[in-house]
Amino acid sequence: MSSTAIPYAGAGDHGHDAHGHHHETFLTKYIFSQDHKMIAKQFLITGIIMAFFAMFLSILFRIQLAWPEKDFPILEVFLGKWAEGGRIRPDFFLSLVTIHGTIMVFFVLTAGLSGTFSNLLIPLQLGARDMASPFMNMLSYWFFFSACVVMISSFFVESGPASAGWTIYPPLSALPQAIPGSGTGMSLWLASMVLFIASQVMGGINYISTVLNMRTKGMSLWRMPLTIWAVFLTAIVGLLSFPVLVSAVVLLIFDRSMGTSFYLSDIIIGGKILPNEGGSPILFQHLFWFLGHPEVYIVLMPALGLTSEVIATNSRKPIFGYHAMVYSLIGITVLSFIVWGHHMFVTGMNPFLGGVFMITTLIIAVPSAVKTFNYLATLWRGNLKFTPAMLFAIGLVSFFISGGLTGIFLGNSALDINLHDTYFVVAHFHLVMGSASICGMLCGVYHWYPKMFGRMMNDKLGYLHFWMTFIGAYLVFFPMHFMGIDGVPRRYYSFTNFPFMQEWLTVNVFITWAAIIAGFGQIAFLFNFFYSIWFGKKATQNPWNSNTLEWTTPVEHLHGNWPGEIPTVYRWPYDYSKPGHDEDFIPQTTPFSETMTSNLPHDFEGDAVAEQIQREWDKEHGIERVVHH
Amino acid sequence: MVQPKDSYDYLATLKAKKFSLYVFLVVSFMLFAAWSSGFIVYTAGGEDKGLKTLLPHTFIFSTLSILLSSATIHLSYSAAKIGNLAKQKLWLVMTILLGALFFVLQYNAWMELARSGVMFINNNASQSFIYVFVWAHQAHIFAGVIVLLNALFKANNKQPLIKNRFRMELASVFWHFLDILWIYIYVFLLLNQ
Repeated sequence: MSSTAIPYAGAGDHGHDAHGHHHETFLTKYIFSQDHKMIAKQFLITGIIMAFFAMFLSILFRIQLAWPEKDFPILEVFLGKWAEGGRIRPDFFLSLVTIHGTIMVFFVLTAGLSGTFSNLLIPLQLGARDMASPFMNMLSYWFFFSACVVMISSFFVESGPASAGWTIYPPLSALPQAIPGSGTGMSLWLASMVLFIASQVMGGINYISTVLNMRTKGMSLWRMPLTIWAVFLTAIVGLLSFPVLVSAVVLLIFDRSMGTSFYLSDIIIGGKILPNEGGSPILFQHLFWFLGHPEVYIVLMPALGLTSEVIATNSRKPIFGYHAMVYSLIGITVLSFIVWGHHMFVTGMNPFLGGVFMITTLIIAVPSAVKTFNYLATLWRGNLKFTPAMLFAIGLVSFFISGGLTGIFLGNSALDINLHDTYFVVAHFHLVMGSASICGMLCGVYHWYPKMFGRMMNDKLGYLHFWMTFIGAYLVFFPMHFMGIDGVPRRYYSFTNFPFMQEWLTVNVFITWAAIIAGFGQIAFLFNFFYSIWFGKKATQNPWNSNTLEWTTPVEHLHGNWPGEIPTVYRWPYDYSKPGHDEDFIPQTTPFSETMTSNLPHDFEGDAVAEQIQREWDKEHGIERVVHH
Repeated sequence: MVQPKDSYDYLATLKAKKFSLYVFLVVSFMLFAAWSSGFIVYTAGGEDKGLKTLLPHTFIFSTLSILLSSATIHLSYSAAKIGNLAKQKLWLVMTILLGALFFVLQYNAWMELARSGVMFINNNASQSFIYVFVWAHQAHIFAGVIVLLNALFKANNKQPLIKNRFRMELASVFWHFLDILWIYIYVFLLLNQ
């Protein structure tokens, strides 16, 4: 593209971001929007709806677990034959567990989290008018939306939704005659997932391309906010791992519908011998977990990025160890690809290979711990502002520690023999991945709500929501550790058939009540979210006194983000409470020439001329600067 | 109120879009890399696994046709660079025809495979993998032909040359990728034969 400097004003198929007076219809503004801010809101609201749906499913199976002998006629009213006589049927219980997991992991914490905040923050925090390809961005949302529709539609087919668990291991998932859920429901699950991956790929390509090509003047990689680092690395992880899931899914579809034997061998079902020979179900597990493990970091890393930003802003302190934060994210990114075997310790893996995976798994604790300590060090002696967003950010740190610790147990291939597929695992990932990430997501919603909707959410409802969620999540998941250590397996329909599990029934009742109460807490959020869109307090331009670029855009959204020129960036995003400055924050757009009282030698990154000017100014004003080395 | 979009903005967008294409190629390659590793893991699973057959010779001819099409798309792109629309279109048509020839040859190759008893539905899934590779690559070829047709029909004097040239650049990058991808698949299968 070197010889193409032909001035061409108004070029491009999507050149309308250049015109403030562009005519928009309801359809192009709210439905088929190509504006990244609107697409972010579409992702968020769809994600919230899916989250409530999946949460409702979890309450349903919690009711079964707590009161297996009781009838709830109301269930039959809206579940029909799946809850005959008011009791959830075993195969439908498995569907509930499966779809709860699928929706939460993929639709809420992947698309709802990454989709919302990558779309919102990449252009706004980097100073771009929009994404690299707004059209592809729009397609990304609509593929996601179709995936949601297909997934939910599986509740309306005769044989019910998929029920082989969110990991859809064959042969269970490959044989329609095995369980009802492996029939049409499974086909819909696979179709939905292909649409979903297409959406993620289109989104991810856009995020990476925008971050690397469309930053404003002065926004070097090392001046990017940690949010951007996180979503950028998340997109890389997604693009490298999602195609592998496609490859696994395609082979599974062939096995299901065409009679190949990639995963199937030696199966007798209902007294009939199947013709499939020579397949390897372990092959599926390898392919699945090559995505599946990076997936948990796809879920977690954006949450870590959002909280880094929120904790620094609300501690009124620079983030502790900015570079260490970035390098630990990079470390997690790389390591996430070489730990997948720890999900397969007990499925017949070579013990030596298991040992290798154990070591890589335990190494991932290092960057994770670096991040944790940096969060705590940022909070340490900070001028803490306990906004709802800040509380959720601290909630993430708490869940990340308490859930991360049990990861060290599970990553050990010897201990995993006992703990595999027990409630200990359920407790572990619901804390470290589920609760931590959802806290990160909610933290992001509360913090960037004024940017998205131009209004503030209600603080009091926010506090109520936080405490119900935070305490509720611990009450729900903490007891599960003990059940798991006692050997109670996950995904079991009823605890009444095994004497050793019966003792845990009372604990199940406790957990279910905690889940129901925490669920009610979410209604406070739902009300707060939708009420504030129309009736919330009007937001000011920079309500949190934050440094990053998105708070320099007008409250009223416009296509192209900034009226006039895009601002230039002069400094990193974490100049909070800098000694010598009259305010406790210095936006990235403030040049050093305007902050002569607070500049430090290392601010100039080795620029000798600037250092000289600063020294002369200091001498002139009689300022003695203490330089720490 | 908003500044008019200047040429710098526009060129930056083009650069980003081209970059996006390269990222997509990585994604697409990951798909085939996953099947390759799946093939290796599966084949290592037992003595009775593995291709256990010679690949049909037709693959040599299809390889030649796609190699040739890489040359023609390059000629077409070179013509686009100097603004010679007629020549660009001619070579584009040639490329599309070679793409069609490639499809015909691939079709013949898998018919040959089937005649020699190497079926898709097979208890030795190593052999099923051949079809997975070839079909998935063929799906990419269909997408590539659509890209080429788009470049062909949009090549006219009514549009700025820079857009035409950019479109041709992306089309040729994608088409070369399909060529390299096929060679990768072919060599991978040959090495395991």
